[in-house]
Amino acid sequence: MGQNRLIAGLVVVAIVLFAGAPFVIDAAPYESTMGLIQKIFYFHVPSAMVMFASAFVCGIASAIYLARRTPGSDRMAIAGAELVVVFGIIVLVTGPLWARKAWGVWWDWGDVRLVTSLVLWLIFVAYTLLRRFAGPGSDVLAAAVGVFGMANVPFVYWSVNVWRTLHPKTTVVRTLSPEMRFPFYWCLAAFLCLYVALLLLRVRLERSKSTLEAVYAELED
Amino acid sequence: MTPGFWKTVGIIARKDLVVEARSRELLYTTVFFAVAVVLIFSFSFVVDGAPLTDAAAGILWVALAFSGTLALGRTFERERQSETLKALLLAPVERAALYLGKLIGMLVIMSLVVAVVGPLVVVLFRVSLDGVFWHLLGLLVAGGLGFAGVGTLFGAMLNRSQSRDVLLPVVLYPLTVPVMIAGVSGTAALLSAEPNMARAEVWLSMLVFFDAVFLTLALWVFDAVMAES
Repeated sequence: MGQNRLIAGLVVVAIVLFAGAPFVIDAAPYESTMGLIQKIFYFHVPSAMVMFASAFVCGIASAIYLARRTPGSDRMAIAGAELVVVFGIIVLVTGPLWARKAWGVWWDWGDVRLVTSLVLWLIFVAYTLLRRFAGPGSDVLAAAVGVFGMANVPFVYWSVNVWRTLHPKTTVVRTLSPEMRFPFYWCLAAFLCLYVALLLLRVRLERSKSTLEAVYAELED
Repeated sequence: MTPGFWKTVGIIARKDLVVEARSRELLYTTVFFAVAVVLIFSFSFVVDGAPLTDAAAGILWVALAFSGTLALGRTFERERQSETLKALLLAPVERAALYLGKLIGMLVIMSLVVAVVGPLVVVLFRVSLDGVFWHLLGLLVAGGLGFAGVGTLFGAMLNRSQSRDVLLPVVLYPLTVPVMIAGVSGTAALLSAEPNMARAEVWLSMLVFFDAVFLTLALWVFDAVMAES
């Protein structure tokens, strides 16, 4: 039951960090041009980082599943893909909120990070749709989407980046002062703990599911 | 004795094309569908009798993507109806050859669609092809290869899944976003009043790179996936 204790520990740490986050963020200085609205950064950027990390977790787990067919890698891939979708929602809600105040528009097709996040999110929504609706054999299919999705990240980033140079826009300069760095890493740690805890829980759920199915199958025999 | 790798590829592509040549179902429906898409888009992107800037490039690629999806769905539906894909997989040939054979068949159909839709766009949107024809052809070939390469893989894999008709575009479009961005932007650079060849070449090289990476991946995945089914 060592894993249960690990998950519980991570959840406790995440709760403490998230409870402290408002105070730490409040103590950080105001950004000179954007003021208060810049503080959304402390939740927006860590969730985006976790989202991209999760896409790589899913992609690598999917590649291992395709090559070796180990059930563990498949469970890891499901957990990773679903968490891309969850953290992607946070990114795609906080991003436009910030953009509305900082740039005056909800959505800016010129911002490469925003558009790349949207495309990545769509790919992993497709992954979860496949798992839900494709029926038998969806595990392998979804694994292929996971691998292709991961391989797509650099291409999407590059092409959006070159594409937007057609429409030059002012970009937000993000050089963090040391006072801003501390709350940022605080929040990043909070999101990472939450992410790892959710990932492990989701993998465990999937494992229990297959155990249950095996028990049912035995009963029927 | 089993035939060599490239011979197998040729046989499978020929089989698809012979089946198609006899019914011409795919060709007629897909081409007509693409023409309909171009017309529908014309109503949205022609304002006061003149098309919007870069509209032609966008319409050409959207028509290609839509009709390509339709053709992919139909070509694998055909294999499913008589369980011929299973028969193909039982044949003692390399999986990669099956994939490449299907891909080539698909590319031929898509080229025929382009051969009809391309001139239509040129005429309807008053596009000038002076000096940019070969660049445009390069973009279309590289883009079509990337799109059909990913599409053939997922079309084959979705063959026996539930709700495959809707899941194919759901999976295919997000995965081919780089192809669409590169294709549309490259074409727009070529079709603008002052063609920007350098920009189109940047997009073309990106497409070639995309093709190399994703065809390699597709061959690997196809081999891994179809090995057991």
